[in-house]
Amino acid sequence: MQISPLFFALSSFCFGTAAQVDSLPAYTIGDRVQDFALRNVDGKMLSLSDYAKGSGVIIVFTCIHCPYAELYESRLIRLHRKYAPQGYPVLAINPTLPSLFPEDNFESMRKRARERKYPFPYLQDSTQVVLRRFGADRTPRIYLLDSEWVVRYIGTVDDRPESERDVKKRYLEDAIAALMRGERPYPEITQSVGCPIRRPKTPLSQDSVGKGPR
Amino acid sequence: MRICYALPLLALLWMVPNALKSQVFKIYENFSELEERLAQSKNHLVVVNFWATFCRPCVEELPYFNTLHEKYASPNFEILLVSLDFKSSLEKKFVPFLREKNLRPEVILLAERGDEWIRRLDPRWEGLIPVTLLVWDDHRTIHQGNFESYEELEQFIDSFFKNIGRVSPIF
Repeated sequence: MQISPLFFALSSFCFGTAAQVDSLPAYTIGDRVQDFALRNVDGKMLSLSDYAKGSGVIIVFTCIHCPYAELYESRLIRLHRKYAPQGYPVLAINPTLPSLFPEDNFESMRKRARERKYPFPYLQDSTQVVLRRFGADRTPRIYLLDSEWVVRYIGTVDDRPESERDVKKRYLEDAIAALMRGERPYPEITQSVGCPIRRPKTPLSQDSVGKGPR
Repeated sequence: MRICYALPLLALLWMVPNALKSQVFKIYENFSELEERLAQSKNHLVVVNFWATFCRPCVEELPYFNTLHEKYASPNFEILLVSLDFKSSLEKKFVPFLREKNLRPEVILLAERGDEWIRRLDPRWEGLIPVTLLVWDDHRTIHQGNFESYEELEQFIDSFFKNIGRVSPIF
């Protein structure tokens, strides 16, 4: 599937370039998220407005090379099946620069999504434009947005990455339940160990924005 | 005749622990084990680096800790390399990694898997590795993120002692 370079040029124009994004503060609790569009593993561009029009969304920054991210893969699939019908589908974004981690290139993402039968989109943020706006520093990292796309919870899925059966606190599910009751989630931010998301030392030039891998 | 069997057997018994020496590490099941250990440090600098084999910036800065160890190892200075690798990938990943890298400081695998310990280590820490903790008596400080160079690691230790008004025991 070929994507017109013009489309990329337009999308980077509409959704901001890396340089512009860097000057903005990262989203935090209470901020309304702006629309963005990234390439999905099916080769098509997908925007937040296409995917979550009038609904909430569980945005997860994840990747292939991180064992912590892998541990949560099956949990996210189940969370999507459970909460998509209730207005909180999962949207996975891989913010890894393929130049730093070739195992996270677009082809590997497609393969992974196919093999593990992802029921949700898996978008590539190869220029980290969306990542910079969210300010995620590790994978996996969750941003729970309500139906107004306001950030209501940031953090981890639960308190036991390695052994799901020992989970005591289901932070994400508790946060969704709070939103459904019309309440404020508590806690709103949780911390967890994860794999650092590497950013290039020098910001990506405008030229590289919007270009796919290779 | 019997000695023909006994000698190789003895040699084998002697060789096994030596072969294991290069990959010795302790496993701490709980963070409290590490806390207890740090609480014992009196007039003693402990540099605790939290890392994992799957964390690339962590792996990149490990040689700096090797250098630090080689330059300054002494009875009142120690380095603990605390790995957050998974016990489930011990044989497959962790042990081969240690064998390959030949880390000089003491290595500990922290198997604690809850998240309460993140706050207990330091309220400023948000769980991102690498993170390096300095402990001297009751004084503590942390460096979040990786060191860009060996010099940066030395400067971090140096400024810690300047801040607490003590003389660094190592340089």
